Amino acid sequence: MKRPVFLGLFAQPPKALQIVLAALPFVLLLVAYLVASDIRLEANPNDKLLPSVGQMVDAIDRLAFQPDRRTGDYLFWQDTLSSLQRLLTGLGLSTLVALTVGVMMGAFNGLFVLGNPFLTFISMVPPLALLPILFISLGIDEVGKIALIFIGTFPIMTRDVALSVRGMPKELIIKAKTLGASDFAVVGTLLLPQIMPRLITALRLSLGAAWLFLIAAEAIASTDGLGYRIFLVRRYLAMDVIIPYVLWITLLGFLMDLLLRILLKWRYKWYQG
Amino acid sequence: MTRLLHIEDVYKSYGDKLVLDNIDLTVSQGEFCTVVGPSGCGKSTLLRLILGQEEPSEGRIEIKGQQGALPDRTRGIVYQRYTLFAHKTVLENVMLGRTLTEGQWWNPWYRNKSHVEEAMEFLRRVRLEDAAGKYPHELSGGMQQRAAIAQALIMRPPILLMDEPFGALDPDTRSDLQLYLLELWEKEKLTIFFVTHDMQEACFLGTRLLVLSQYYSDDRGMGADVKRGGKIVSDHALPKMATSTEVMNSEAFRALIEQVKKEGFDPDFRQHVKDFNLKHPDSFQTLLQSEYNAGQ
Ligand SMILES: Nc1ncnc2c1ncn2[C@@H]1O[C@H](COP(=O)(O)OP(=O)(O)O)[C@@H](O)[C@H]1O
Repeated sequence: MKRPVFLGLFAQPPKALQIVLAALPFVLLLVAYLVASDIRLEANPNDKLLPSVGQMVDAIDRLAFQPDRRTGDYLFWQDTLSSLQRLLTGLGLSTLVALTVGVMMGAFNGLFVLGNPFLTFISMVPPLALLPILFISLGIDEVGKIALIFIGTFPIMTRDVALSVRGMPKELIIKAKTLGASDFAVVGTLLLPQIMPRLITALRLSLGAAWLFLIAAEAIASTDGLGYRIFLVRRYLAMDVIIPYVLWITLLGFLMDLLLRILLKWRYKWYQG
Repeated sequence: MTRLLHIEDVYKSYGDKLVLDNIDLTVSQGEFCTVVGPSGCGKSTLLRLILGQEEPSEGRIEIKGQQGALPDRTRGIVYQRYTLFAHKTVLENVMLGRTLTEGQWWNPWYRNKSHVEEAMEFLRRVRLEDAAGKYPHELSGGMQQRAAIAQALIMRPPILLMDEPFGALDPDTRSDLQLYLLELWEKEKLTIFFVTHDMQEACFLGTRLLVLSQYYSDDRGMGADVKRGGKIVSDHALPKMATSTEVMNSEAFRALIEQVKKEGFDPDFRQHVKDFNLKHPDSFQTLLQSEYNAGQ
């Protein structure tokens, strides 16, 4: 039997080809950019739209490795730190709520009936529409931004956890009861540990939304942060800063996702899917 | 012998569908009670009612004189699937009952030496001591079922319920585990309520064989408007046979299988409720007048 290498339902690309295939779209995009940038800069050396790699490296070098003339800060790292702090605080709170409230709601029918309609309702509120309210009521410093990330992510995560707990085989809960477990012991020894991998998955899926809300909040009212910087330099059409910042944000998001994936693989071997 | 389980006038319906139809049953301590019947006759439903997983639509179910309790320590359970807790090692799974009732389940570092020793002893009895540190997904189906049996037995439940526990196993493992369960039953003086759709298995394992079936007739007639659910159509006391698969080849065993097949599995053979073979000493039957109109 001969399996096709690339085309067809039963194709099985060999390892080397897999790497080439995976890299191909990236390489194509990069080449297309370099060529386009070259052509435009050839025509007009002051063109700002598609800066060359050298220009971007210069810009980042200025922001990351030389202190700012006005404040003395290393802006790139200052921005990164501020943004990550907001993002992680917001997501951390969401995760905590999803784990406690979500598991309790999933485990106890009464709490589910109490909380589910309300959660469904607030998960429908577009968080960005709440932004003005948050800024007016909580102020434009950290609390408002963290609140936006929290409100944008916790309802869906909590609902996901609650529904997953409810979806667990009843047989497992009954088995625990026949082994003498109290209701809280069922939650603590069975539901909580078994939901952890699911929670990590929910967190991974929320990363994108969290970044969106972070950048939006920073763009509107902030004095530092990755999103703030992008929208600040936009006024000068400083694509040599914007493009590296976008790449950096993408990389950070990718790394977080990777870390969670590794955690899932390493800590929850028994979890399939 | 004490009456462990007492079921009287139990009905169970789901919406319009009547699944269990006036079930009467008493099970004594020490009995190995097997329930067999065609698929869909309500065997698992009956087991779920006894377990307290679901409530009967009508009727009484008593365990040790206690009526209608939610699932608790009075009944152990071994399912066909969902047998072990995937996030715990085999040892932790077997120990779990002890940790939950006598230990500190909230403390992940909690280890009680006597619990570990007891669990290891149970693992030895199910010949799994080498797998103590493994996770369930690293075990074969047969090993998982053995661990699940140990997990249930460590709590010494007054009655052990088993819902097709060997249904997903290959024939060799299956007959291994059957022999093994008989051995355990004898040694530990267990009371077992065992549901299966496999006649061989039911006849081989049980000291008492119940046939549950929707194929019977009564004085309600055969009209399409008569809703009829599963009933215990025969109740055999089986001689405790030698614990070897040899008996399966004996003439008596084959005759028994033939009889069970006819009583329970043949849609064209419908006994009247008054003619059911209910010879077991614990057997009783409370018929409604509509079912058996004796007087007239
Ligand atoms: N939760 C339920 N809701 C509706 N119908 C059910 C439910 N559980 C079982 N049934 C029905 O009850 C009948 C008996 O089911 P079951 O007890 O599983 O049969 P058995 O175990 O004998 O094969 C089946 O026809 C099934 O469709």
